[in-house]
Amino acid sequence: MEWQFLFELTINGLLTGMMYALIAVGFVLIYKSTDAINFAQGEFVMIAAIVVAGMAANYGFPMVAAIAVGLLFMIVFNFALERVVLRPMIGRPVVSIIMATIGLALMLRGLGPLVFGAETQPLNIGVPDEPLIWGPLFMTPIDVVGAGISVMFLAIFGWFFMKSRKGVAMRAVADSHMTSMAMGINVERYFALAWILAGVVALLGGLVWGSAIGVDTQMAALGLKVFPVVILGGLDSIIGVVVGGLIIGVCEALAAGYLDPIVGGGTKDFTPYVLMILVLMIRPYGIFGKPIIERI
Amino acid sequence: MFHRESGYFKTTYQADMGLYPLPVARYAMVAIGAVLFILCPLLLDGYYLSIINLVAIAVVGAVGLNILVGFTGQISIGHAAFMSVGAYTAANLATKLDLPFWLTVPAGGAMAALIGILVGIPSLRIKGLYLAIATLAAQFIIEWIINHTPSISGGVAASIEMPRPVFFGKELANQAELYYFLMVIAVIAVVGALNLMRSRIGRSFIAIRDQEIAAEIIGINVFKTKLIAFGVSSFYAGVCGVMYTYYLGIANYENFQLITSVDYLAMVIIGGLGSILGSIFGAIFITMLPIVIRLLMESFGSIFIDDAALAQVIAQFRLIVFGGLIILFLVVEPDGLAKLWQNIRNYFRFWPFSY
Repeated sequence: MEWQFLFELTINGLLTGMMYALIAVGFVLIYKSTDAINFAQGEFVMIAAIVVAGMAANYGFPMVAAIAVGLLFMIVFNFALERVVLRPMIGRPVVSIIMATIGLALMLRGLGPLVFGAETQPLNIGVPDEPLIWGPLFMTPIDVVGAGISVMFLAIFGWFFMKSRKGVAMRAVADSHMTSMAMGINVERYFALAWILAGVVALLGGLVWGSAIGVDTQMAALGLKVFPVVILGGLDSIIGVVVGGLIIGVCEALAAGYLDPIVGGGTKDFTPYVLMILVLMIRPYGIFGKPIIERI
Repeated sequence: MFHRESGYFKTTYQADMGLYPLPVARYAMVAIGAVLFILCPLLLDGYYLSIINLVAIAVVGAVGLNILVGFTGQISIGHAAFMSVGAYTAANLATKLDLPFWLTVPAGGAMAALIGILVGIPSLRIKGLYLAIATLAAQFIIEWIINHTPSISGGVAASIEMPRPVFFGKELANQAELYYFLMVIAVIAVVGALNLMRSRIGRSFIAIRDQEIAAEIIGINVFKTKLIAFGVSSFYAGVCGVMYTYYLGIANYENFQLITSVDYLAMVIIGGLGSILGSIFGAIFITMLPIVIRLLMESFGSIFIDDAALAQVIAQFRLIVFGGLIILFLVVEPDGLAKLWQNIRNYFRFWPFSY
């Protein structure tokens, strides 16, 4: 019984971790290419899910059409965002960029419910509700589907960055803005592309998490889970996001399973941050991140 | 504050660093003091005084955060947690040991400073984004520890009832009586910050913000100075938390969550980074904002929406305006209200011959 419990917690933690990675990858995409720190990634996920659920529930769109509308919205919104808000912020101190995205997060948190209603809405993307029971294992289908979607898209992003022309250009932009400009890369266009990609990833995250926990402003809290994941994995690494997500997911599940009965709840939100502090102390750039060397 | 000189005529460093650039500034300060301490309590009733009390509390927190973010260039997204440390320290001392306010206020500040220095230790190795995330983690961890330790949080619902401050045998029970108490602390805090910033330590804060390596080369102990900045800033935060606890009459961690940290960061940004006057403007602005929005929505909002939904819409509207203003200021006027004030003054300095 004891090992079965451990096994079940671990598997479910891994599945949740993959889904965390899906959200965190949006953060990494932006940090990698524009050096901007996006505190609003959770709100992107929330607003994407709210738009899709709102379109399906309030206006009777079929799910495919609602997702298409959501996709279009995220692309247009993030493109405009990069132009209007983030571009003037290039070269400003870190605190300014962080505050701009926090301001954005607050705005989205007010705007979503104002337009589409504040009550929790279900989001059904055609995944059954009955739990999968496989031997001693007990899994929620949406977790499995979510983890599957996550693996698929992370693989696509991996390919995109390694092989495609645009991906290579984005990596060049991430390395050095100045050199990429000299080599004829339109840096500003790739900034816009990074934000748009982050919006698309947020839509995926919104669909998966929205069907798992329901759509309301609570979803924005997922954004706070991103930081332990990216710090652990390394801020500029796609593989790091996966590894970080898996570790955080498992740690959370184990803490919820073993520590909660002892200290009386709440360790699920607390353990990732303790882990993160340890990583920040020992290896601030994470497992797969580039070490930043500062010479005097 | 309202004076204008016709040019720069200072011949000594001492004159340049003086708190009052002209004799008239001294009279202006006396006038402002008279308005704050004599006129306001006489003319305004409890409701307006309670708003000014809130502003006074926010001023202390905002000035403290500006010392860290605006002057030293370090980021803290966990300032509300330091406030809660101060609040619970003071509440525990006041209830368990029956200490008077003139001991609980500095004790709350000192405890917060201690925790703040502890959180600031990683700032030697990590900067910018990493420091932001580390302080964010501190926010959650401190909140969780307070919430899950009954000996700190007082058990039920993690709240402690705070006795009223007693001044020479007189209990300061209502807002008008609390007004003097909070206002005096706020004035001491602002004057203290102004003086700190003209001292050697204040100058070394600014040196570290502008160029850390250069600061180290001219002989500033960077690590020590950063820790001092964290300590001073969290001391202010702790005092702010104690003031708020006395104001509410209850210490509760729910008043010191992440959103409060964001509120204070917004005050510092909208007011103007690296400006004490700016922090005061920012504190006034952000404290008044929800009050004004509620007033406007309650007066005019019912034309568009029915009353039942109004309360919820006000909350959402507040978030939108708040976030929008932060972005607007960052994009359009990064130096905040302090810079706007400076522009107005510069305009009138040469008025009517503006060439």
